[in-house]
Amino acid sequence: MEKRFVYADNAATTRVSQSVLDAMMPYLAEHYGNASSVYSIARTAKRAIEEARGKVAAALGAEPREIYFTSCGTESDNWAIKGAAMKLAAKGKKHIITSNFEHHAVLHTCEYLEKHGFEVTYLPVDSMGLISPEQVEKAIRPDTALVTIMYANNEIGTIQPVAEIGKVCRDKGVLFHTDAVQAVGNVPINVKEQNIDMLSLSGHKIHAPKGIGALYIRKGVVIDNFMHGGGQESGKRGGTENTAYIVALGQAIEDAVNGLDAKAARLTKLRDRLIDGMLKIPVSRLNGDPVKRLCGNVNVSFEAVEGEALLLRLDLKGVCGSSGSACTSGSLDPSHVLLAIGLPHEVAHGSLRLSLGDDTTDEDVDYILEVLPGVVQTLRDMSPVWNGGR
Amino acid sequence: MLYSDKVLDHFSNPRNVGEIEDANGVGEVGNAKCGDIMKMYLKINGNTIEDVKFKTFGCGAAIATSSIATEMIKGKSIDDALKLTNKAVVEALDGLPASKIHCSVLAEQAIKAALSDYYQRQGIDPLPIVGDIGECEACHLHE
Repeated sequence: MEKRFVYADNAATTRVSQSVLDAMMPYLAEHYGNASSVYSIARTAKRAIEEARGKVAAALGAEPREIYFTSCGTESDNWAIKGAAMKLAAKGKKHIITSNFEHHAVLHTCEYLEKHGFEVTYLPVDSMGLISPEQVEKAIRPDTALVTIMYANNEIGTIQPVAEIGKVCRDKGVLFHTDAVQAVGNVPINVKEQNIDMLSLSGHKIHAPKGIGALYIRKGVVIDNFMHGGGQESGKRGGTENTAYIVALGQAIEDAVNGLDAKAARLTKLRDRLIDGMLKIPVSRLNGDPVKRLCGNVNVSFEAVEGEALLLRLDLKGVCGSSGSACTSGSLDPSHVLLAIGLPHEVAHGSLRLSLGDDTTDEDVDYILEVLPGVVQTLRDMSPVWNGGR
Repeated sequence: MLYSDKVLDHFSNPRNVGEIEDANGVGEVGNAKCGDIMKMYLKINGNTIEDVKFKTFGCGAAIATSSIATEMIKGKSIDDALKLTNKAVVEALDGLPASKIHCSVLAEQAIKAALSDYYQRQGIDPLPIVGDIGECEACHLHE
């Protein structure tokens, strides 16, 4: 097969789609008015923002007034967690429950709060990366302010029993936040049916540009503001609205939800074929749950090779992927997610995440399966720890 | 991670990969926990390093530093090899990202470990000649 470009890192970011581009472009140079102003081009912008808010709300089964636009998923996580913590600390509730394999936007926010007098329980996930509602129930205390558990994991794709965890929290009167940055557009979500009080999402994972996100806050839930400023977003999130990007998010989430069933069915098939093919490479293992898994997520470890080297070799073949090795995590330790599911350091170093998306084709999967065994073998041939698979 | 063209060249086409069956000096440094292991094989004749090969488990920089280090000592005298510093390796590669400097340290240490092994096999105490190789600083942070 001829060399081709295969983008298999859709969990990192996605290409901005044509329909999103078409929707957002008029709001850069044409309808550029400040949505808070009174004249015509400003009103056009304001209307577009409210229309986008409606689309985001519809995608989540929420009401438009429960949707607040932010700059990204990280901001949404920071706002939800710090805002709830600050609000409830005043009532003496200074305990937070999360998992030990959250995204850093959640983990580092919790660690920050620990430095400021909050107590955080980090629930351990099982070897598949799952948290049980019973674990959450047992950890809830009279002073628990918030439970924050990610909807689907960014590295290994595990999908949590969100509705059940939400139910436990609702019954106990504890706020439940979920980081759904990886889930939105990949699994059906209904915040009401799933007992979700707050939900973070990001635009660039679903074909909108980087730099736009949203936070759903159930009506009746009051948390402190995070971004203090003007009266935008019902006075809860200051800062002149990024109209074009808000429109982009609205379009992207509408597209994602409309095509969800077909996309999930198509990608699940591609994903499982890719996993089966990759596991034919000797001494490899699938990381994460084989079934309770995002439709586009593949995460496999290859012993005796290092992840960054694997990525660079794949790049030479035109394939873009990612890894949880120390060298790619920017620290000395491999990914906390892979360590959380019990992988030894040396196995975690050899992990490869390929995340499929709307643009991924059958031919892409064929190509990956054609080049990957050779790439792994080349690196194993030069590895002093490779013993031939014995 | 922004690598120089030289790093990418040595990573993509590593020189002197493999093992030397009749090597008379072999050294291994690093550990799997850190994600870097380098093994150097030397064939020394008299005072000359006639052949050198390596095997490395590690990232792009680890493979590139191993590769260029073998080029820098092949055919040279033991004295020259002993003088090879990690800094020289970094310069030869037109620089390394800050987080990858430890890979160049490993390359220097792997050569010294192989030379120590060579002296030991000759019944000579390597310490006064090769010096204390020490351990990778990054590895200590794991403990």
